[in-house]
Amino acid sequence: MISRLLSNDFPRSRVLAVLLLAVVLALALTPFIFPGVKALNVAAKVLVFVVLVASFDLLLGYTGIVSFAHTMFFGIGAYGVAIAFSRIGPTWGALFAGIAAALVLSFLLALAIGLFSLRVRAIFFSMITLAFAAAFQTLASQLSELTGGEDGLTFKVPEVLSPSFELAAEPFLGVSLDGRLICYYLLFFTAAVLVLALLRIVNSPFGRVLQAIRENEFRAEAIGYRVVVYRTTSAILSALFATLAGAMLALWLRYNGPETSLSFEIMLDVLLIVVIGGMGTIYGAVIGSGLFVVAQSYLQDLLRLASEAVSGLPWLAALLSPDRWLLWLGVLFVLSVYYFPTGVVGKLRSMRASAPRPPAAGEPRPVLK
Amino acid sequence: MNKLDLDWKPLALAPLLALLVLPFIGSPSTWLTLTVAGLAMGMIIFIIASGLTLVFGLMDVLNFGHGVFIALGAFVATSVLGAMGDYTGSASLWQNLLAVLPAMVVAMLVAAGVGLAFERFIVRPVYGNHLKQILITMGGMIIGEELIKVIWGPLQIPLPLPEGMRGALLFGDAAIEKYRLIAVVVGVLVFGLLLWTLTRTKLGLLIRAGVQDREMVESLGYRIHVLFIGVFVAGSALAGLGGVMWGLYQQSVIPQMGAQVNVLIFIVLIIGGLGSTTGALIGALLVGLMANYTGFLVPKAALFSNIALMMAILLWRPQGVYALSK
Repeated sequence: MISRLLSNDFPRSRVLAVLLLAVVLALALTPFIFPGVKALNVAAKVLVFVVLVASFDLLLGYTGIVSFAHTMFFGIGAYGVAIAFSRIGPTWGALFAGIAAALVLSFLLALAIGLFSLRVRAIFFSMITLAFAAAFQTLASQLSELTGGEDGLTFKVPEVLSPSFELAAEPFLGVSLDGRLICYYLLFFTAAVLVLALLRIVNSPFGRVLQAIRENEFRAEAIGYRVVVYRTTSAILSALFATLAGAMLALWLRYNGPETSLSFEIMLDVLLIVVIGGMGTIYGAVIGSGLFVVAQSYLQDLLRLASEAVSGLPWLAALLSPDRWLLWLGVLFVLSVYYFPTGVVGKLRSMRASAPRPPAAGEPRPVLK
Repeated sequence: MNKLDLDWKPLALAPLLALLVLPFIGSPSTWLTLTVAGLAMGMIIFIIASGLTLVFGLMDVLNFGHGVFIALGAFVATSVLGAMGDYTGSASLWQNLLAVLPAMVVAMLVAAGVGLAFERFIVRPVYGNHLKQILITMGGMIIGEELIKVIWGPLQIPLPLPEGMRGALLFGDAAIEKYRLIAVVVGVLVFGLLLWTLTRTKLGLLIRAGVQDREMVESLGYRIHVLFIGVFVAGSALAGLGGVMWGLYQQSVIPQMGAQVNVLIFIVLIIGGLGSTTGALIGALLVGLMANYTGFLVPKAALFSNIALMMAILLWRPQGVYALSK
């Protein structure tokens, strides 16, 4: 059963398994263990990022191509839901219409970008996605009638999910059973299903071909796999999952604007999480998102403290100012790529691999490493 | 490439585009104004893009952090020109040049120095690994942009043109801004110098040979690595120069300008073919012209016009107009 669910791709490290279980349990029980609005918001953000980062990992970690337009698809999902809710009204029909429209748009865009760039060389893909992301961001602020411009859109969600909805008059275990709670668990189960689906994809024969292409494009082509087709399919799948993550974000925030879903900072966050968590391991997305989003929520406070502590040295204080936290993320990113390229998951797995032990029956041998 | 198999079709693209839009714009004087503006913008973009394309061709390194050197050059120029108020305020063009030239030289030197450090600490450890290169240089870009914010502040800084370079010259009905003429002159000078170095000197011969076949040049006993560092530093310096030109062209600088120009440069390189210098020139001119024409005809579509242009070119030649045979 578990083996089917995880598509036979086990954590393959005891520490990792414990960590994963801890993250999943913490996310599942957040409303009951950590009271307060901030904790719930952080947990919901983790859920959204798990899906977003895992979908990016399909592209970066498994296929070996870098996209800078991942936030574009994320934004399409968020805007799809936001626009549908503000145009049609807070109904379930609007939600599905919005998601469906966003998925179609993402599919077409990813197909176009993939076909144009990937048939030449993978590096074109990175450059073209960068151009597309910039153009799309401009477009989203320009079409202010549809997207609300820089201000974004605030909208109502179906009544069952809104904070005013009461499931039961009595609080359960000290937590009031309102619409926010239902919305949180909707997000939780959606995220779980999507991540398991991604695990299924990367462990399918299709996923193996992607890894083969990542390791040696020429050889994969020589064996008879159409590299362009596989890469483009991977780009499309990744875009569709990112779109769903965007829809989750909009549903939770009941707001969407260019800064929340399209900004380049989110792209940087995603890159950082993939690298820290471990490229080419969907589990890395879960661990990385958990670590990173929680750390990020408190990093700026930490920088503020540090900046005040060194206020005697103006240039150092300027470096440590909370406004410059992107600088430290950048430094962290470069250092991780150099010294920590396999991420948390890779490190934990290699720790175990160094201990001599024959592979257990049914355990997938590391292919194409 | 000898004269017999000169691939002339891409060379005809820019004039063709200019002629094609003439009926849409209507008045020939407006067309002339726009065309000169487009050529000026194209020349500036070419100055910036030339270094990047050579670095890619020679060492197969795509530097996503190239934009940092552009922003750096522009910000250095604000400091230098700000300190030389006497010269920039004067109405004489010669005195203005006395201010702008040192600004350019200082910007190029600073960009070259930072480029040297960038190559050593950011690029060198990740040769031969595209994935890491993209990630690392992007990280370097973010760090550089933030450091610029630390030094010059996060806000937009005005970079006014010196007095003598403002205003326009009238050719019949067509008004042509003086600065754009200067930009064209500088661009042609840089292009000429680059072309001369690449085609008429031994250094250029080695660079072109390296772009064609790196291993062969190495096995003939030349240190391709030293050559590459030189090209990287020169490319950074050119980006710094381009940054000064671009900043004066926009008359203001913001820390994010590097990332914005980066997008334009990438479109240029994709159109021109990665690694090709002539291709970069054609791409830059096309992008510059296109940006000015659509800015006049349909202002909202300016950025998309470049993407559409890139798509059209890729449909025709998937590798860009001048593909390196690699």
